[in-house]
Amino acid sequence: MRAYPRCAEESGFVSHHQYLEEYNPMKKSLSLLGCALGASLLFSHTAAAQDCETITLGSAISLTGKYATNGIHAKNGYEFAIQKIKDAGGVQFGDKCYNFNVIYYDDESKGDRGATLAERLINQDKVQYMLGPYSSGLTKAIAPVTEKYQIPMVEAEGASRSLFNQGYKYLFAVLSTSEQYLASAVTLAAEKADDPSKVKVAVAVENDPFSLDIRAGVLEDAAKFDMQVVIDEQLPRDLSDMSAILTKVKLLKPDLLIVSGHSKGAATAVRQIGEQKIDSPMVAITHCEAADVVGNFGAAANDILCSTQWAETLTYEDPLFGSAANYEKEFKEAFPEYKDKSVPYQVAQASAAVYVFKDAFERAASLDKEAVRDAIAATDMMTFYGGIKFSEFGNNIAKPMVLRQIQDGEYNVVAPSEFASHPLNWPRTPQ
Amino acid sequence: MDQFLSNIGLLFEFPIVNLKIIIDGLMIGALFALAAYGLALVWGVMNVKNLAQGDFVIAGGYVAWYLSRHGMPPLLGVPVAFVVMWGVGWVVYRLVISRVIERDLFTSLLATFGLAIIMAQMLNLLFGSDTQSIQLDYDTLYFFDFIDIPIAKLLGVLMATALAVAVVLFMKKSRMGQAIRATSQDARAARVLGIDTEKVYSFTFSLNSAICGAAGAIIVMVWVIQPFYGITYSIRSFVIVTAAGLGNLPGVIAAGLGIGVAEQYGAHIFGIGYQQAIAVLLLLLVLVYRLVQQRRVRQSLK
Repeated sequence: MRAYPRCAEESGFVSHHQYLEEYNPMKKSLSLLGCALGASLLFSHTAAAQDCETITLGSAISLTGKYATNGIHAKNGYEFAIQKIKDAGGVQFGDKCYNFNVIYYDDESKGDRGATLAERLINQDKVQYMLGPYSSGLTKAIAPVTEKYQIPMVEAEGASRSLFNQGYKYLFAVLSTSEQYLASAVTLAAEKADDPSKVKVAVAVENDPFSLDIRAGVLEDAAKFDMQVVIDEQLPRDLSDMSAILTKVKLLKPDLLIVSGHSKGAATAVRQIGEQKIDSPMVAITHCEAADVVGNFGAAANDILCSTQWAETLTYEDPLFGSAANYEKEFKEAFPEYKDKSVPYQVAQASAAVYVFKDAFERAASLDKEAVRDAIAATDMMTFYGGIKFSEFGNNIAKPMVLRQIQDGEYNVVAPSEFASHPLNWPRTPQ
Repeated sequence: MDQFLSNIGLLFEFPIVNLKIIIDGLMIGALFALAAYGLALVWGVMNVKNLAQGDFVIAGGYVAWYLSRHGMPPLLGVPVAFVVMWGVGWVVYRLVISRVIERDLFTSLLATFGLAIIMAQMLNLLFGSDTQSIQLDYDTLYFFDFIDIPIAKLLGVLMATALAVAVVLFMKKSRMGQAIRATSQDARAARVLGIDTEKVYSFTFSLNSAICGAAGAIIVMVWVIQPFYGITYSIRSFVIVTAAGLGNLPGVIAAGLGIGVAEQYGAHIFGIGYQQAIAVLLLLLVLVYRLVQQRRVRQSLK
């Protein structure tokens, strides 16, 4: 049964890109054969599921280009949730049941392409409801289009707070906004210091909307504690070298070092922090999991703080997916390619977005997009991914960001304190 | 402004920082110089401005990364990437470059630009868009408690140097090297004198691709690579070759090292976000300087 979601993808034309990426053509034809067999067996068993009607969602998502890895994570998250909902009897309201079907287009990780594809989904494919793309940049490109046609979009991968001050009425995001990503590290540093106003902060972020938000959040919180910002620099987009900043860190000895630059920034930071023996007592970065800093750099990553939207060790749960740990387990069964790594939060939040649609359709008890939009706006639910409740601007205000510390190669939740499973190692011991 | 001043102040307050910046700069510059060196060859000999230069670098990095994931000792990646990329270079020459050599500047720019896009996307489809690197289990050397030289980086620079020396010797001493130099001076005359210029061209392009491949294999050990990072190395290669002038191979190496150091100083003073801007600014200054110089020569001719 579990093999089914992937077979469904293979019949879709867009997913060819993905499969070229992951498999060679030979394997692909074999797996297609397997799917054909599996599907024929499957259909004989699930005659009941066929009675459900279909609700078509649309999504332009990055299957190629620089966001491809995360775009595919998001797509897998969507597909997993769709299959789960189907297995649980579909979306039920009135006396009918419905299953979701998503039309995907590859936006090639480019904003203008994403906007064009959103137009195409709405005008040609007559899609009435959208799932988001990957990254803040792409969401920013697509949101004006969905807004223009008044198409409700639930997105899971665009965290920039600049998405939520435009007055959009049809955009909803299940994830925490980006200025919250590392702000809790500032609070943590303040807790550890005798006098928070003596804490010196160094910030190095990439020059893109997401990372600049993180910087804004950190600076805001640092100002609250009257902390001193001794380094505030932007990482170059393309070059993977930050030794110049780390040299300054060595000279100015900040108490808290913040780095954000997607997976490249994480990889570069961890490697060079190790090489240059940076001994700041607290180092907080983003995208640890995506860069696999533990696997790649081992001991150099020890005691580094990583922000995450979600972790499988959190105690959230819901009736559809069960607990966060159960989600992780079932997802890995359905997508064996994740077997040897932890499921990235990008996957979990994508599933949560689909779940929001299910919940909203059932409460609206209608296929009318305005009714659905209003139902989404009124969402107030607990999921395996955390609480979901939208502010009037469309961002989720019910779920906090989580900080995990890499302790002996394990990611352990250390903040916020109500979810912490382990005490914080402070000051960190450089390897 | 305050930040600039305090950054400059740090340089004087802790003089040792200067040494660190210079060492970092030289190590980075050595790798830029290597990629630029190949570009100078192709540009000088074939008059092809290869916009895919950086993508050959990244491709070499992926060759080394892929093989080291499958059990090959990482240091072997450099010679292996050299050989593999030699082959890739030869194929690319046959398929694309050989058809644009005789054409005008615009055609070769367009062709190599297309090549760059195709290569980046192919790497993306083959290896995914994650950043990758090889972590070597070597220690880091520390001096004066402040200067750190990771042995991996040092090895990389040594290999780059060895490769550069080998290519210089090859160009000076071997028959093929002489033929390449002759072709770059005057292709028609070389042909008249019995040099198979077609062979020289394909050899030169393959050599360039191989040098890039080796550079990429070193880069994946000291930094990280991603399918779309080729442009970084393309831009710097162009800056370095333009600044050094064609046919001036020692000049290319000097310019590469110089740009490495200048970028590190710039990054320290203005912030690391301006690192690439500094490289391009330097190019601009060199061009303006050249222009003024040439005008003076022209005036004296009048």
